[in-house]
Amino acid sequence: MAKVPVQFRLNGSDRAAFADPADSLLTVLRRGLNDFGPKYGCGQGTCGTCSVLIDGELRLACLTLAASCEGASVETVSGMADGPNLHPLQNAFMEHFAAQCGFCTPGMLTAAKALLDRNPNPSREDVIDAIAGNICRCTGYEPIIQAILAAARTLPAQRRS
Amino acid sequence: MPLALRVVQSLSEAAGILAADSRTTLLSGGTLVMRDVNEGRLTDGTLLRVTDPAWRQIQVSGTRIELGAGATMAAILASRELGFLHAAARAVGGPAIRNMATIGGNLFAAAPYGDFAVALLALDAQVMVLAGYGSPRAVPIEEFLAGRSRGEARLVASVQFNRPVAPGDFRFLKVSRVKPKGLSVLSIAAHLPGHASRIGQARVAYGAMGPLPVRARGVERALEGKALDANGIAAARAAALEGVQPVTDAIASDWYRREVLPVHLGRLLANQS
Ligand SMILES: Cc1cc2nc3c(=O)[nH]c(=O)nc-3n(C[C@H](O)[C@H](O)[C@H](O)COP(=O)(O)OP(=O)(O)OC[C@H]3O[C@@H](n4cnc5c(N)ncnc54)[C@H](O)[C@@H]3O)c2cc1C
Ligand code: FES
Ligand code: FES
Repeated sequence: MAKVPVQFRLNGSDRAAFADPADSLLTVLRRGLNDFGPKYGCGQGTCGTCSVLIDGELRLACLTLAASCEGASVETVSGMADGPNLHPLQNAFMEHFAAQCGFCTPGMLTAAKALLDRNPNPSREDVIDAIAGNICRCTGYEPIIQAILAAARTLPAQRRS
Repeated sequence: MPLALRVVQSLSEAAGILAADSRTTLLSGGTLVMRDVNEGRLTDGTLLRVTDPAWRQIQVSGTRIELGAGATMAAILASRELGFLHAAARAVGGPAIRNMATIGGNLFAAAPYGDFAVALLALDAQVMVLAGYGSPRAVPIEEFLAGRSRGEARLVASVQFNRPVAPGDFRFLKVSRVKPKGLSVLSIAAHLPGHASRIGQARVAYGAMGPLPVRARGVERALEGKALDANGIAAARAAALEGVQPVTDAIASDWYRREVLPVHLGRLLANQS
């Protein structure tokens, strides 16, 4: 089967890869472009650890056809830090012990970023709803919720999204 | 041979391809199709994508509403004019799923999925279907769902329905064990014209109470001409189980679904859900 070329912006850089026609974006990111930020958890849409932003919208990379991302802007957790400076969400996750094994963390951070980009002042309910599609088997969720709320409080001062 | 991909611009071309080749699968939001690909359930044939922007359009003109089959749950939630449908759109998955899951795909989702289709059934929607090249034909949603269970290969272009007249005429409830996101134990949609005085021509539909979303005809009859007072609600509850064949799955047994359905129906009608 002929490969199909796919080009998109990945964390601000133009990238291209050859994919099988039915490859998911997650396969192309991890196997084609060596971006190991988004994880392969379930491949069924249930765990959320493959979450990415496509044109600013939260999506599941495992259920997104790679070929449909042609020309899009894809953001993954790998692009969240600004060089050595972590994103406020990443700092807050460290400070609040919001990562234990860390397997859910890429998806949690991405879902949280999607929330704060849209709503810099979320309520606890908004946060719970925003991570409803992400499963964490370690933390019991509370440290993650606290971290996201704490990051939101630091945002206006730092003027970052 | 592994899966191939075909991308077409127009809906009518896509409908022609679907009608001609039974090994072609339309990919809409892909939340169910890509699952099948990842799980190795869909390994050959062709995936078909349609890029026509009209497929994703939402049109509200006066009382008539048309939702393109490619419109997502998130697009419904972003429309203030469609506030009465927000509970049904929010019932589908978590935020990422809602950014992907489409109206068209929901009409094909097997129980316990298909929550939005339950709302469309209670709204007496017309499904605009393309059975090949040509223009769409309006099919009443019940007939459409019956055809779906026979596996008819047809492309859904859009769904159309009238806006409920008064606020509170339309109600939706999904019961799940995991909050805020979980699979349906059951879902109920009710369109109750005249609910503030005497109900006329109610439409009530259930999800996960059969292999397909089903109308609760007994409840509809019981509510005819009644007020939504204790008597009206008791009559509806007494008729709640008429015609249901609940599924047994990992979420609930058919027995459990039967036990709790009248309770939730009563709460929805009393606006206590
Ligand atoms: C983690 C997870 C959670 C979910 N939770 C829910 C939930 O709570 N409630 C719920 O109802 N569903 C849920 N779903 C199921 C699914 O996401 C939705 O039903 C969704 O609306 C399906 O739409 P789609 O565009 O993704 O469909 P696709 O995967 O693109 O398509 C599904 C099927 O419909 C066919 N199809 C799609 N559009 C058309 C069309 N216009 N014409 C003809 N055929 C068409 C496809 O060929 C395919 O066979 C969930 C799925 C996942 C992965
Ligand atoms: S790997 Fe995509 S949701 Fe689990
Ligand atoms: S930290 Fe282990 S799954 Fe969340």
